[in-house]
Amino acid sequence: MSEWVIKGLVAGIRTTVYPKAPERAPGTTPGFPAGGEFGRGASELASRCPTGALAARGGTIDVDERRCIHCYRCVRGVERPLGWDRGYEWATQAHSREGLATGSERPALGRPYRKSIHVIVVDAGDCGACLNEVRQLNNPYYNMHRLGFFVTPTPRHADVLLVVGPVTDHMRVALRKIYDAMPTPKCVVAVGACALSGGVFAGSFTCKRGVADVLPVEVEVPGNPPPPLAILHGLLVAAGRAAPARRRGVPEDGEATAASRASAGAGE
Amino acid sequence: MNADRPQERRVTRERFRELIEERWPTVVHSIVDLANATIELDCPRRLLRELCQGLFHDFDLAFAGLTVEEDASEWKLRYVFYGDGEAGWVHVLARAPLDDTRFPSIVESVHAADWHERVAEDLYGLQFEGHPRLGDFVLHDDVWQEGVEPMRRGFDAEAAMHQRQPNTDWRPVRVVEESGAFVMPIGPKFSGVTESVHFLLETVGEDVIRTSTRRYYKWRAIEKLAEGKSAADALLLAERFAATTAFAHGFAYCRAAEAIAGTVVPPRARLLRVLLAELERLRHHAGAIQEICESCAFAVASSHAGIVEEDLLRASGQLTGHRYLFGVLAPGGLACDLTTPACRTTLAQAQEARIALGALLRELSISSSFLDRLEEVGVIPLRTARAYSLVGPVARASSYLRDLRRARPYPGYEDLEFDVPSEEEGDGYARLRLLFSEAEQSVRIIEQVVARLPEGPVRAPFEPPGGGALGWVEAPRGGTFAWLRLDASGVVVRYRPVTPSFINWHAFQLGAEKFAFQDFPIILSTFDLSVAENDL
Ligand code: SF4
Repeated sequence: MSEWVIKGLVAGIRTTVYPKAPERAPGTTPGFPAGGEFGRGASELASRCPTGALAARGGTIDVDERRCIHCYRCVRGVERPLGWDRGYEWATQAHSREGLATGSERPALGRPYRKSIHVIVVDAGDCGACLNEVRQLNNPYYNMHRLGFFVTPTPRHADVLLVVGPVTDHMRVALRKIYDAMPTPKCVVAVGACALSGGVFAGSFTCKRGVADVLPVEVEVPGNPPPPLAILHGLLVAAGRAAPARRRGVPEDGEATAASRASAGAGE
Repeated sequence: MNADRPQERRVTRERFRELIEERWPTVVHSIVDLANATIELDCPRRLLRELCQGLFHDFDLAFAGLTVEEDASEWKLRYVFYGDGEAGWVHVLARAPLDDTRFPSIVESVHAADWHERVAEDLYGLQFEGHPRLGDFVLHDDVWQEGVEPMRRGFDAEAAMHQRQPNTDWRPVRVVEESGAFVMPIGPKFSGVTESVHFLLETVGEDVIRTSTRRYYKWRAIEKLAEGKSAADALLLAERFAATTAFAHGFAYCRAAEAIAGTVVPPRARLLRVLLAELERLRHHAGAIQEICESCAFAVASSHAGIVEEDLLRASGQLTGHRYLFGVLAPGGLACDLTTPACRTTLAQAQEARIALGALLRELSISSSFLDRLEEVGVIPLRTARAYSLVGPVARASSYLRDLRRARPYPGYEDLEFDVPSEEEGDGYARLRLLFSEAEQSVRIIEQVVARLPEGPVRAPFEPPGGGALGWVEAPRGGTFAWLRLDASGVVVRYRPVTPSFINWHAFQLGAEKFAFQDFPIILSTFDLSVAENDL
């Protein structure tokens, strides 16, 4: 077995510098369309979006990342593409549909949980990509153990419930049971466009439009799928160790814009 | 060739037609599509069983799938058989008036059709007479009441939701009836980071005697969702229903759409599609290898494979903007061009992955404690692979060779040199080795593609008339199909994907028979099954 030890040593350290410093390696994030001032043609461009993630207010375009499914229609095959952001610190504290979320920046779990958090990962109908990105968190590049995050198979030990997928009818009961079986305090982290808005599955008669239809969501990680770094940021936000992103298109006071409120209300 | 194989194997198309004519004079045959080599056999229902049995056993044509369509006046059931030789695809069509939902089941002679019929029964309310076990399948009986037929034309989702009477008394079927036998349920939530699926392990103590699976916990009804969407919008669904192999599903979908429209994809786009498809295969295989190492609790090897997987995800992101290759495909070609220098970078990254994987395989193949856990577990004999018409690495590890890139070459692959690796043992280790050799072939293909990438446009105009067509692609897990029908305005009337995981889950229970409990995760990982691909 000594060859394996040598092989391990030769490989060196691959682990990302994040969260100490930003990770800049290419291909670590798909990015998001950047909203803002667009000028003429804003509403035409916004109407190309298949999921209603873009809303034009005069010449300005607002992006609702929770709905964006990375189809690139707002940048490919158009004369004047929308700008593009290359970040990954996307996780926000939820402004849930039913107004369950606090909106405050108080860590969801409280101080004792900062350095060691057990996460239960539940697939509620995802396409496999979000789950695969969660899987990457265990590989040497991201190694979430170094940050005190551990995956647990049992709800009894879990502090964080990480849900991917739009919540299918067949998974709803199981998801609810898992949530109920977790000790308090507990925190739900919804990961991916499907878990936040139904994504491309919104409107199916066998799915909800995301986790917030079933459980109180504390942390939202948008992306289709969010890359491992974004999910890591989400966990750090849940632990109170990173500042949540401020959702663009939502004014400072936390009030959703009229457009996004109206479309969110159309959930059921 | 085996002496017991029938004589009709690999006949020319002409000879095939003659043979059909001699044996079943009332079956109307026609060649519908010369380019894609398809023969349609219009079969009266009373002959259906006999014809399918003949095709499967005497002509040795494997079964690829069943698609149901409900058009304005009749049911159209399309049984697709692989014609490996010159004969081409063979589609058997059975029709019936809409008020008559009875069809003979072909399961007795074509066991591979088992789950296809169950799906059709559940979604359309068709009755397959003679099928040994219908019932609880796509729609879970503890959630939906009987008689909900969601794929029927007039289906009213609102009404169905309101009349639901969940049945809390529902219990799964048990088979083992020995004294002391008990069932160990696993899932839908189990283990660390896994997809949702349920297993019932039946046991009398030490060993598991039988395994059955319950799937469709993740059923999102994408076939229903696709109806009424434009051809371009349904592609978004095709890419996203099982995104660990998103490109392959999108590719099959585009090929179906392009076959309807008669679109000729420009040469540069053809080769770029090959490059992306092989990049996806390479990345997928690295991930599958990682999961096998992890299931054996071999942390160092699992880390090394994990590094390769992430490297390739980054390479994909760097090349196309998206780590899972979303948004690159478009009916008619690609949505954006990829520059030749960028492709060269990808090639270099793929070559690095090949070196890393090669080194990993060398180390693994001398780690006896690792091999002990993989050898002779989850064995699928050739006989089973054939009876279930298995696909992909799982089939080829049991020397059941079919690779659509070779058997039915599609644009881009015609002039490329590559091998279709195979193994004989059909066990976990054979499947692992096969993943390594296929990954190597993918890099070989990428090398050739980058060397001969022509300049030119990447997208042809796509204006579909109405019609239906089958698109097929060899996805990383095996052959994947998209049956697509568009109406005259280019709107999707029917989109039916048949995926490799759907096919291979069917045989999983045979690989998971009579084994020790602790081998279960290993057997599961070597089958490399996606739940999202099955649950649609
Ligand atoms: S990339 Fe996102 S925002 Fe842009 S059109 Fe697609 S879904 Fe909408």
